[in-house]
Amino acid sequence: MKLNVQIDVHHLTRVEGHGNIRVRIEDGIVQQAAWDVVETPRYFEVMLKGKHYSSAGLLTARICGICSIGHCLASVRASEAAFGVHIPDLASKLRLLAKHGETLQSHVLHLFFLAAPDFLALPSALPLLEANPKVVHLAQRLKGLGNAICDVVAGRTTHPLCIQVGGMTRRPDSATLLDLRSRLLTALDDLKATVDLFKTFQIPDFVRETEFVSLKGVDSYPWIGGDLVSTDGVLKPEREYTSMTNEWVDDNNTTKWCKVSRESMAVGALARFNNNHHLLLPEAQAVASALGLSHVCHNPFMNNVAQLVECVQVALDCLRLIDDIVAAPADAPVSVPVEPKAGDGVGAVEVPRGILYHHYTYGDDGRVVEADCVIPTTQNNKNIHDDIHALVRQFAPRNGMTDDKLELLCSMLVRAYDPCISCSVH
Amino acid sequence: MRYLGIKPKTPRIAVFDFTCCEGCELQFANKEETLPAFLAAVEIVNFREISSERRDDYEIAFIEGSISRDDEVVRLEGVRKKAKVLVALGTCACFGGVNRMKNAYDLDAANKQVYGDRPKPTLPVRAVREVVPVDLQIPGCPVSKAEVERIVQHLVLGVPYNFPAYPVCVECKQRYNVCLWDKGLPCLGPIALAGCDAPCPSAGLGCYGCRGPAPDPNLRELYETARKHGISDAEIQERLHFFGGFEGLS
Repeated sequence: MKLNVQIDVHHLTRVEGHGNIRVRIEDGIVQQAAWDVVETPRYFEVMLKGKHYSSAGLLTARICGICSIGHCLASVRASEAAFGVHIPDLASKLRLLAKHGETLQSHVLHLFFLAAPDFLALPSALPLLEANPKVVHLAQRLKGLGNAICDVVAGRTTHPLCIQVGGMTRRPDSATLLDLRSRLLTALDDLKATVDLFKTFQIPDFVRETEFVSLKGVDSYPWIGGDLVSTDGVLKPEREYTSMTNEWVDDNNTTKWCKVSRESMAVGALARFNNNHHLLLPEAQAVASALGLSHVCHNPFMNNVAQLVECVQVALDCLRLIDDIVAAPADAPVSVPVEPKAGDGVGAVEVPRGILYHHYTYGDDGRVVEADCVIPTTQNNKNIHDDIHALVRQFAPRNGMTDDKLELLCSMLVRAYDPCISCSVH
Repeated sequence: MRYLGIKPKTPRIAVFDFTCCEGCELQFANKEETLPAFLAAVEIVNFREISSERRDDYEIAFIEGSISRDDEVVRLEGVRKKAKVLVALGTCACFGGVNRMKNAYDLDAANKQVYGDRPKPTLPVRAVREVVPVDLQIPGCPVSKAEVERIVQHLVLGVPYNFPAYPVCVECKQRYNVCLWDKGLPCLGPIALAGCDAPCPSAGLGCYGCRGPAPDPNLRELYETARKHGISDAEIQERLHFFGGFEGLS
């Protein structure tokens, strides 16, 4: 038993944003085990007030540098719900394709550059450039493909341009889409190589029973809109998202905390898997089985594996979407005219780190009167905090445990959630 | 990396993030086709988002984000002392970015709206150069990786970098786009600084001027053009304020 432990991680590395880990064990008693988010708040909900609907999505994309497409999609969905606008089928497919591109680039960024170095005992992925360039090239190709999909469909990966209220500004030409299609076929082999790499990683054996929240898929793995579900059996319509988040303010955090049926909750790839595993394509289910992921999984470290499973899922779904988009008639519309009106609307979107909600109330002039954004990492922060406590209690008594090893485990735990901290504070 | 057998100097660089979305520093890891060459041209000694290695012997510090809390001021001053060259990376660092729109609101009321009766410390948003001296500004929301690569080449070679002396319109024309004004859509292309290759108008979205003004921006003519297309001065002003780069000009 490690009787005395002092861990003080200031601004954890290899995560987006600024958070601290503090652990103190004295005479075998855990006095403190905390995940504190100290990011500076930007007050997006305040800045949204008075904004015209045409710029709300542009502004809220800036909440996050990694999942800006997801933010833009949640934003336009909320506005479209408020105005009663129904976008054309082709626009829905283009949006989902852009979203898949973002999921691929974000998951690959996390898996290779943020998470993998811990499993390879490296400070970062940079030494791999010399030591194992094949792995870097693998990551580079996959992430490059995700970014290319976003560039082609949304105009840009970071802070998209083509996604607007009412649909999309343009339809990419078929030749470019078919080029992406052939790259996707190569990517399936690259993903197989990634699965082989992850099979060699020792995932820490840690379990804490958790309530997982996500969209509830009906006939396919869910990404944009629909009902909300938790592994504890709570089911709510999209509009009632606040009963699935119940935000409150903590004194030590600039992020808010969230819960549903328990003291904390979790969202993300693992939550989506736990609630919708039966809707994965067979190839993605096979990857889950090969990597030992089965539902309901309560080991947060397995979020890494769930992300990899989703990479396979979205790569395959991109092939289907590209075929559909290329086959659509040349004159198929990608947008509809928008008539703003007073009212409110909610947009729920599964972004890489979990379910994201935007809720806007509009005046007759199409300007925002009130706004609320609930971010995935906001929903995870209390769960990370509670996990650290359980992790420390479980691992500190083990033979040969040192402060450094425990600090690494705590850091790996936080990284497994792939937190987007500045996003969570916004 | 060698050219003609000559090994260039590899500057030690660091990247630090403040009030922002970290999307600009993420561009360092994008543009995958030239990523290994880019990483070989510099030595990354401190870059929290991608590496656990943290050294203080950097020569060039890239600063992302605006400054909006006391502890950020202290941290930024510390970086300024250690860095030989300090670069403001992205629109938030250069002008305050979208975060600057917060300054138009009463901060106590803003805190109350978001945090209720448990307000968090916050200051009016400032650009980096409003806090410490800045040697070079690279605007963009996000920055263009292609431009960052060009600038880093100049830093490696010790050759001054000249930003374009023309507005976004020039680069937009080079991409054979139909002018958005001709479609009745407002666009700051005529007055905004080029160097981004006009991604927004090319995608059907009028420029919001995230890179700030081109030299000698003709605002009067822009308002005139807007009026001719039935777009109000207020709408143009809203656009000019979006990224904070036209402060004092509109």
